[in-house]
Amino acid sequence: MKTLVWVEHDGGAVKDATLSAVTAASQIGEVHLLVAGQGVDAVAQAAAQIAGVGKVHVADDAAYAHALAENVAPLVVDLMGHHDAFVLPATTNGKNIAPRVAALMDVTQISDILSVEGDGTFTRPIYAGNAIATVKSSDAKLVITVRGTAFAKAAVSGGTGTVEAVATGGDKGLSTFVGAEIASSDRPELTSAKIIVSGGRALGSEEKFHELIDPLADKLGAGVGASRAAVDAGYAPNDYQVGQTGKIVAPEVYVAVGISGAIQHLAGMKDSKVIVAINKDEDAPIFQVADIGLVGDLFTLVPELTAKL
Amino acid sequence: MKILVPVKRVIDYNVKPRVKADGTGVDLANVKMSMNPFDEIAVEEAIRLREKGVATEIVAVSIGVQKCQETLRTALAMGADRAILVLTEDAVEPLAVAKILKAIADEEQPGLVILGKQAIDDDSNQTGQMLAALLGWGQGTFASKVEVAGDTVTVTREVDGGAETVTLKTPAIVTTDLRLNEPRYASLPNIMKAKSKPMATRAPADYGVDTTPRLTTSKVVEPAKRVAGIKVPDVDTLVAKLKDMGVAA
Repeated sequence: MKTLVWVEHDGGAVKDATLSAVTAASQIGEVHLLVAGQGVDAVAQAAAQIAGVGKVHVADDAAYAHALAENVAPLVVDLMGHHDAFVLPATTNGKNIAPRVAALMDVTQISDILSVEGDGTFTRPIYAGNAIATVKSSDAKLVITVRGTAFAKAAVSGGTGTVEAVATGGDKGLSTFVGAEIASSDRPELTSAKIIVSGGRALGSEEKFHELIDPLADKLGAGVGASRAAVDAGYAPNDYQVGQTGKIVAPEVYVAVGISGAIQHLAGMKDSKVIVAINKDEDAPIFQVADIGLVGDLFTLVPELTAKL
Repeated sequence: MKILVPVKRVIDYNVKPRVKADGTGVDLANVKMSMNPFDEIAVEEAIRLREKGVATEIVAVSIGVQKCQETLRTALAMGADRAILVLTEDAVEPLAVAKILKAIADEEQPGLVILGKQAIDDDSNQTGQMLAALLGWGQGTFASKVEVAGDTVTVTREVDGGAETVTLKTPAIVTTDLRLNEPRYASLPNIMKAKSKPMATRAPADYGVDTTPRLTTSKVVEPAKRVAGIKVPDVDTLVAKLKDMGVAA
C-alpha cells in the first residue's frame, strides 16, 4: 500500500500533528508526503528529513497558500491515482479537506482514528469518546484522519525522502482567503504540550483566569487550556478550548482547575497520563477520572500551589 | 435566497451513552433523543438570515426513521417554513447523506446549505464538506460568523490557533461551530403552528441514492476505564506528588 500524508505546516515548518500522521501512515504502508502551499521549499526539505518518508510531492502555487479545500482537494484526487490511502492529521485543516477529497473519489472517510488494526481496519471514538468502534472500509481507497495524541511522533531527522514537484491545478475560484487572526502565545502549543493547566468557569472572570492560571502554567512550563464554559464566558480565547468540539489533548499531566468535568470536556482530555483536579465540589465528575484530586477553594489553593512549586 | 438546513436526530447531549454488552453498538432504547446541537445552531442562523431579509424560505431536511419528524417539527417550531423527511430504517453514512442532500439541493436550488459541523453521535465531521464536493460549491466550515452580501457569503471560521475569514461565491455550504449563535427556544404557540406546516416524506430511492454502508463496524467497546485516583488533603502533598512524578523541580 502507498499512503499519501497531508503535511500540516505554517509556511515555514512542519507541524507536530504531521509527525503523528506519518506514524499512523507507516502502519498502513509506504509513506509519501504532500506539501502544498506557496513558497514551501523549506517545508519540503524539512519534510524529506522525517524518518521513514519516501517521496515528498510538492505543490507550490498561490492557490494553495491558505490550504483552501476547494483548491487543494482536486490536487489530492489527482495524486490519489497512484496512492491507496490519504492520511491527514485531524486538525481543522485536515477535517476541512479530507471529506471533500473522499466525496470527489466516491469513497467514505474514516475520522479521527486511534489505532491501525491492520487489513484496512481501524478504531475510532464515537459518542464523545464514550465508545470506541472498530471499523473497516469496503472502499478500494482509504481517506483517514488521525488523532494526533493517539500516535507517537515520527522522528524529524534520519529520513531520506526525495522531493518532487507536482503539476498544480490553480485556483478553482470558489473561495477566497480574506485574513486570519491567529492568537500569539509564547507558551507551548496545546496539542503538543507535555503539561497543560486548564481553567473552568469557577475562575469567575478573565482577570482571575490570567491571575491564577497563567503563573501556575509558567511555573510548570505548561500550555494553557480552558473548558467550554470558560471560553463561552469570555475568560479565555476559543482556541484554548479542550473538549469534543475543541482540541483533543493527551499531555503527561493535565491540571484541571475549577472544571466540573462534563462528558464533552472529558472527551478532549481523558487520555492524559496523569490528571490532577482542583475543585471545591468533591462530587464533581472530574474526580472520577482524576489521579490526584484536591478539594477546596481554588482562589486560595492555586496561588499556594504556584508559590510552593 | 432559499436556505436548506439538514438536521439530525441524535442521542441528547446530556445523556451518557451506554455501550451494549454484546459490543454491537450504543444502547439507544428508551434514551432521550434530540436535535443535534450543531444543527440547532444551523436552524437559528438560517432564521436570523431571514430576519435580516437575506433568506426568503427555510427548508429543513432530516434523513432517518419516522421519529425524525419530531426533529423536523422542532425546526419548524423554531421558524423553518417546511420540511422534508427522507424516510429510511437504515443507518445512513455521511457520504450517502451528502448524496441525498445533493439531490435535494438540485431540486430546491438553495443559495446556502447550513449544516452542523458534526453530529455528536458518530462524531464524523464530514457531511457538509462532502456535500460541497458533490455540488462543486465552496465550503465555509466551523463558522463562527456568517455574512451574506449580494452573491457572496463571508464566513469567519474557527481554526487551530485562532480564526480565519474566507469569502465564498454563492451557492455555498456553511457548517456551524458552537459560537455562531445561541439557538432560540420554540414558544408554545409556535410549536402549535409548526404542526400545520408542510412536511413531505420521501425515500432515498426517490433520489436514486444507494445507502448501503461502506463501513462495517465489527465491534463497539467502552474506552479503557481510568483507575480510581487519590485525593490529597493539602497543597503540600500535591506538590510532593508532582515532584515524585518529575513534573516540578
